[in-house]
Amino acid sequence: MDFKALQEKSRREYQARLNSEVPVIYVGAATCGLAAGAGELLKMLPSELSALKLKAEVVPVGCIGPCCFEPLVDIQKPGKPRICYKQVTPRILKTLLQDCLVNDNLHPELALGIVGEGPAFRGIDGIPLLFDHQMLKGQMRVALRNCGYIDPTRIEDYIARGGYIGLEKAFRMKPEEIIDWIKKSGLRGRGGGGFGTARKWDSVRKAEGSVKYILCNGDEGDPGAFMDRSTMESDPHSVIEGQLIAAYAISSGKARAEGYIYVRNEYPLAVKNLALALEQARQYGFLGKNILGSGFDFELRINRGGGAFVCGESSALMRSLEGKAGEPRQKYIHASDKGLWEQPTNLNNVETYACVPEIINRGPEWFAGIGTKGSKGTKVFSLVGKVNYTGLVEVPMGVTLRDMVVKIGGGIRGGKKVKAVQTGGPSGGVIPESLFDLQVDFDELARVGSMMGSGGMIVMSEEDCMVDVALYYVKFLEQESCGKCVPCREGLRRMKNILSRITEGKGAMEDVALLYELGQAMQIGSLCGLGQSAPNPVLSTIKYFRKEYEQHILEKKCCAGVCTALISYSIDPQTCNGCHLCEIHCPTGAAKGEKKKPHVINQELCIKCGICCDVCRQDAVLKK
Amino acid sequence: MDKLKIQIDGKQVEAEKGEYLLGVCRRNGFAIPTLCHNDQVTPEGRCRLCVCEIRWEPGGRSRIVASCLYPVDDGLIVETHSDKVMLVRKTVLELLLARNPEAEGLPELAAEYGITKPRYPLDTDYGKCILCGLCVQTCREVVGVEALGYLMRGVTKKVGPAFMEPSPVCIGCGACAFVCPTGHIIMTEQGDERKIWGKTFKLEKCGKCGRFYAPKFELEWMSRLTGVPYEKLKVCPDCR
Repeated sequence: MDFKALQEKSRREYQARLNSEVPVIYVGAATCGLAAGAGELLKMLPSELSALKLKAEVVPVGCIGPCCFEPLVDIQKPGKPRICYKQVTPRILKTLLQDCLVNDNLHPELALGIVGEGPAFRGIDGIPLLFDHQMLKGQMRVALRNCGYIDPTRIEDYIARGGYIGLEKAFRMKPEEIIDWIKKSGLRGRGGGGFGTARKWDSVRKAEGSVKYILCNGDEGDPGAFMDRSTMESDPHSVIEGQLIAAYAISSGKARAEGYIYVRNEYPLAVKNLALALEQARQYGFLGKNILGSGFDFELRINRGGGAFVCGESSALMRSLEGKAGEPRQKYIHASDKGLWEQPTNLNNVETYACVPEIINRGPEWFAGIGTKGSKGTKVFSLVGKVNYTGLVEVPMGVTLRDMVVKIGGGIRGGKKVKAVQTGGPSGGVIPESLFDLQVDFDELARVGSMMGSGGMIVMSEEDCMVDVALYYVKFLEQESCGKCVPCREGLRRMKNILSRITEGKGAMEDVALLYELGQAMQIGSLCGLGQSAPNPVLSTIKYFRKEYEQHILEKKCCAGVCTALISYSIDPQTCNGCHLCEIHCPTGAAKGEKKKPHVINQELCIKCGICCDVCRQDAVLKK
Repeated sequence: MDKLKIQIDGKQVEAEKGEYLLGVCRRNGFAIPTLCHNDQVTPEGRCRLCVCEIRWEPGGRSRIVASCLYPVDDGLIVETHSDKVMLVRKTVLELLLARNPEAEGLPELAAEYGITKPRYPLDTDYGKCILCGLCVQTCREVVGVEALGYLMRGVTKKVGPAFMEPSPVCIGCGACAFVCPTGHIIMTEQGDERKIWGKTFKLEKCGKCGRFYAPKFELEWMSRLTGVPYEKLKVCPDCR
């Protein structure tokens, strides 16, 4: 089948689903959805439907983003738009099937919004549009354009929504012209560093070598970041198409090209969906010899990573691909000259590749029209932490942190005060509330001592202790350091010990100075990016929250109430009604008292777990 | 081919294309400390002691590089003892001294940089190994055996044979113990036996002087590798 015919067939099938005579039930079944319970829903659907004697098509789709509302189930009745329902439990699903499909009650109170765009989908039964929801309103979908809409296991779904048009168009362009378009678009690497994608492609194209390796970095490992997982699971073909365009632009007319997608094995669904996508792409002639009749050959394979954070670093990733231990190599000779197996190698991140087909498809001017002066296009963030709305969000570069937290994130849970945002994962830094008006892009984040990283964004409130946050990241990095060079391996261990000491109230003011000095040395002296950026969480918290360090050291106080060694629980005898709940739940028998009389906490026995505080209905437990 | 012109601490020197900065510095009399460097093996930049500060124009933006594997180029301006360089070296030495207070040669080197008492508590569980990796590299690159490697990762990283069990491929040559700069690797000999990395080797007696000089296993390996009959190898290097 040629591409035109395949496109027509795919579009026909996709339209048929939208205009289906039977109801269509879409279940958000990426890992995040499954973790929230979507698997159970998928399992019970067939029997529930047959019990109600209903015919319906069930389509597992990827993730549309708002994790806080999962599991998400969309129901599309004949002649009605697709309505997305939030936090669907098995009980709610049963209600929906009965009321919505059998009767005609659409349950607006359970709905999140109507999926779809255009006037045809306006205001039905008081259900707003999904993209009018506060969390989704400011968003703009480029990399996530298909996520949550298509069945990721069907190449036809991808093609129906404009898939592989970019590739087909690219084959009609000269390789140099493609690189020029990418340059004009201003696309920068989404993996963290923000290096110009076109510049990288161009140097790999110009490098001498009989083969050019085109790699995709899907080894996302930052705690709290999951945009690449979601993209690979929900729209694997967008990554493959981007990589194909890169391969053609870089190698065509110069050398043979071969590709690998390096995915961490802890992402089993991503591996599964990518493998399936590769198989389908091969079957329809998007991979292999003479792709779409262009004369261009390309083969793409998956390589699973063994779960080392450092293997997300480019040179360590290549060593790992070669079957060696994932130790970074000093990059004075760039991978574009000597990378995988000493051959010219191009490595881009999942999200970078996912943007490429759209740029080719819609033109570089369109992409360059979005974003800030130095950072073009959109960026996917995983917005997590203490905000009301958590999940994946894709916004134009340049959105302010305040908008991210207040508008998209819906403010802080429980009305608490926001303290800071941590961006860029363990390599990034903490940005205080006073700087929330900065426009989020590569350069602005670097300017304030943090970094874009792959796009993790953790919102912290007054209940987060900044020393504890620094300790958390340092502990993580200490575990993940490869141990090759001294500053990173030994420095992180010492940083951890010093920070632990401070959180236990045993710190001295010299410790802060030592942390600072050690951090400076690690930044300039470490071998790879992991070690060079490892002190960022420590240095940025010292820079913006020195007061908290001083409080821990001088006053032996943790104002956030996190560091257990520095807090104590007591019961206010005036408020306590002697309900006994604290005594029942206290694991060590520290909370005790006679019924209906004020209870007390034995400080000797108390392990400061805080359970008494959580269970008390009178708010009588005081934390100091 | 034209020589490259580079400037080290204000002095103009010449270098060849493809040369690493450390070699150029040392050849011209600039002292650079190292702990993981050996001319016989590929530089890997593990210890970070050899760092230098480089820039491309006077007063321009500078960068800290590991000189042992930084390939020089024309016009490079190098500082071997700038403030930043000293910060990294002192930090590395202080960290290592705290990790391996007993490592041979380390206290003396650290003292040269003014470090006698690290500000960190001293470790006792890492022996004298500073993880320079010279033993691993020598075994692989010079001997060609790969009996040694790295075990674990990060702070738990160690050098040794796989699983710390006596290696079936170790030939007992002792090259690792010879290159170890800190005296961590222990090789003992008693009578006709040599012990290293938990493996015991029977030694061969020299046909001429009668002393025990090499493990039989090593000689067999050499014989297989070179095609020289075993009998011909039964003479110690001194009597050859």
